[in-house]
Amino acid sequence: MLSVIYAMLFYVATAVLVVGVGMKIRRYARTPAPLKIPTTPAPTTAWGVVLRMFREVVFFESLFKANKWIWLFGWTFHMGMWLVLIRHVRYFVFDIPWWLSFVQPFGVYAGFAMLAGLLGLWARRVLVERIRYITNPSDHLMLALLVLIVASGLMMKFVAHTDIIAVKAFMLGLMRLRIETLPSDPVLLVHLTSVAALMIVFPISKLLHAPGVFFSPTRNQIDNPREKRHLAPWAAKLEG
Amino acid sequence: MADGDDLPKLDDPLDIPCLKPGAMEGLEPYIAAPEHQAKLGFPGELVPDWKERALAKMAELAEKDRAFQVYLDACVKCGACTDKCHYFLGTGDPKNMPVARQDLLRSVYRRYFTFAGKHFPKLVGARDLTEEVLHEWYSYYHQCSECRRCSVFCPYGIDTAEITMAAREILDSVGMGQKYSNEIIGKVKEIGNNLGLQPKALQATLEDLEEDIEDETGVSVRIPLDEKGADILLVTPSADFFAEPHIDGLIGYAKVFHEAGVSWTLSSYASEAANFGLFIGSYENMREIALRIRKAAQDLGVKRIIFGECGHAWRVAYSFLNTLAGPWDFLDPNYPVPQHILEFTWNEIQKGTLKFDKSKNDHIRLTYHDSCNVARASRMGDKPGGQFEIPRNVIKAVCNHYYDMPDDTIREKTLCCGGGGGLLTDDLMELRKKGASPRMTALQQVTEDHGVTHMAAICAICKTQFSKVMPAFGYEMDSIVSVHQLVSNAIILTGQDTDDEEDDAGGEE
Ligand code: HEM
Ligand code: HEM
Ligand code: SF4
Ligand code: SF4
Repeated sequence: MLSVIYAMLFYVATAVLVVGVGMKIRRYARTPAPLKIPTTPAPTTAWGVVLRMFREVVFFESLFKANKWIWLFGWTFHMGMWLVLIRHVRYFVFDIPWWLSFVQPFGVYAGFAMLAGLLGLWARRVLVERIRYITNPSDHLMLALLVLIVASGLMMKFVAHTDIIAVKAFMLGLMRLRIETLPSDPVLLVHLTSVAALMIVFPISKLLHAPGVFFSPTRNQIDNPREKRHLAPWAAKLEG
Repeated sequence: MADGDDLPKLDDPLDIPCLKPGAMEGLEPYIAAPEHQAKLGFPGELVPDWKERALAKMAELAEKDRAFQVYLDACVKCGACTDKCHYFLGTGDPKNMPVARQDLLRSVYRRYFTFAGKHFPKLVGARDLTEEVLHEWYSYYHQCSECRRCSVFCPYGIDTAEITMAAREILDSVGMGQKYSNEIIGKVKEIGNNLGLQPKALQATLEDLEEDIEDETGVSVRIPLDEKGADILLVTPSADFFAEPHIDGLIGYAKVFHEAGVSWTLSSYASEAANFGLFIGSYENMREIALRIRKAAQDLGVKRIIFGECGHAWRVAYSFLNTLAGPWDFLDPNYPVPQHILEFTWNEIQKGTLKFDKSKNDHIRLTYHDSCNVARASRMGDKPGGQFEIPRNVIKAVCNHYYDMPDDTIREKTLCCGGGGGLLTDDLMELRKKGASPRMTALQQVTEDHGVTHMAAICAICKTQFSKVMPAFGYEMDSIVSVHQLVSNAIILTGQDTDDEEDDAGGEE
């Protein structure tokens, strides 16, 4: 019964995540940027833009220029998260490739890094007057949700172990449309419920910053307006 | 009107103030009169169905402009931009923090266009669109100079200027236009320039200037108007025709063209480089103004287009002219379209066609103010960052004493003059002074450290704004100079009466 509920939950969450984010991305991709508005100095070639975007996504370059504390916490949190997520791939593939075994030990520290980053960000949100002013309840909830995910994950790792093999069997089963038995440890259930919640809110929340950054005209446009005429389809119609 | 007597005393240009909620609440520039609105195709006064129309406009913007949508969705409220706006630094009003400014509109967008806002408004800070909200928009979206400083620091490049422009467009569409910008746009459409200067008056002004130059130098330097068959069309802000220190810049361009031996002309039909269509976010109005330049270029049969010193004009020229009024296939393909006057002058300096006596500028010690639109929304030359180097190179070629302001306040991080984006109007004087205080503090620092006396700029709005607000910070009005004014001071025209020996102490003007 429990297994069925969680199986359904994950199917729904995955559908919402994939369809929701997919629709958003389609909208972003289809909406034209009528004018050239890269924040300059900007790269003058497509390659340059790829590099700029890479620096933004991997190093948070602009954030680094802006505020070292937010950068430190934010970057630690995100990089920790990527490592943790990579480590989690083992629940979804049958054979573990060498590189996945390689990152496993780092993944453990990454969980703590994530937690430290999240708590740092949260502290700023409460303590810094300016950031408190711009914070909505949803911003606290989002941090709470992530802290819950991370804390429950770390609990399983270090305190209340769960049957990882069974979890893996359950996840692999879902991917083959079969419902295997999910261990009923409460911590695991908390972990999975909050992960599903995160997936569901993703397309309707500020988590859209992840796909959004790639569509930001100030960051993804090439600085070549004199050389190449840029014209949005709706603007072309004005020319009649 | 408060006159900014309570100007903040900053120890450092980037000192972060404590929040002063409501400090600038209710500040509203004069609203546009019905006849000004009509010329731009906007309703004359607040329409009865303003709410429906505002929301419809919002939906339209989301369809037409990716930046609008992505920026409203993507902000994570990280707070990185909160201390980056000169109006926040100068006023302490939290609604002048870039993200809070965006939120004024985002909250409404969320309420009507997003799942979370429709069903859980309290949770995500969504709110209904009311008349108070409309007035709040009118107030705080006219406390943003669209300078893009915030977009440099946002991890997603969220550009509050884009949101401000969108908000002003929505306000225009329901009949709440701003007098200053909309009246000026009307004048350009009717007469050809922001000042409403008629061709005859312009002709007379230019002839006077030619006489002045000849009196001063003994050389006949022409400032041609509407001359068919000239190679270069110069489009310059109309302030260059009459205001100080702008006019000295115009004299500088004329001298450079003269020495370079090129044929050039101004146009009375396109006698304005500024394009206030940008400020109100109106593509259509911006396009209409830009097309005047195309028509002038075609009518006069020129081969190249060069823009004079003006910040947002250069943004529209460099970044948008090709889009709005291109393609420029009827011009000489050997030159970029358009070019900046500084690109031209720097090029001539490198070729060695210009002769200078740098000591003519020895009576002043200089720094340079990067204008926001040039710094963060355009380029000069063919390398990124040329917009920072070329003006400095030219200044250093004509002056001996040059010092930069602190690094965090120049180049891409430059602080706005406080009067850009359609705020250069007397009814916003208090805001303008407070918004200028970070820049003025940076200037005071180089005055203390290096004895800097003057600041050069290449933007008509910066020049006017500074000459108005500098006295409040202990500088003379004429401490702001045009870059081409410095060029004009130092250039030695071929055949010029050189009275160097007797006169090397003073030399200005
Ligand atoms: C392309 C991938 C991504 C990039 C470039 C990115 C970048 C950023 C940046 C620069 C910030 C602001 C600094 C900070 O507060 O950390 C941020 C905040 C945040 N990111 Fe991401 N992110 C990405 C993906 C994700 C994903 C997948 C999640 C989902 C769990 C996420 C969750 C968050 C949250 C919750 C915040 C707000 C933190 C706070 O409240 O202060 N990000 N992100
Ligand atoms: C369906 C998806 C997921 C499943 C099945 C899952 C399952 C698990 C399991 C079984 C553990 C315990 C590992 C152990 O005992 O060695 C764990 C740990 C953890 N999980 Fe997840 N998790 C999922 C998604 C996520 C997501 C999306 C995040 C972060 C945003 C996350 C963050 C963590 C962290 C930080 C740990 C502790 C450190 C570690 O072992 O890597 N999990 N997860
Ligand atoms: S664009 Fe400039 S004036 Fe407007 S919010 Fe950003 S920093 Fe402030
Ligand atoms: S820096 Fe960007 S993401 Fe962060 S609060 Fe400001 S606008 Fe939002």
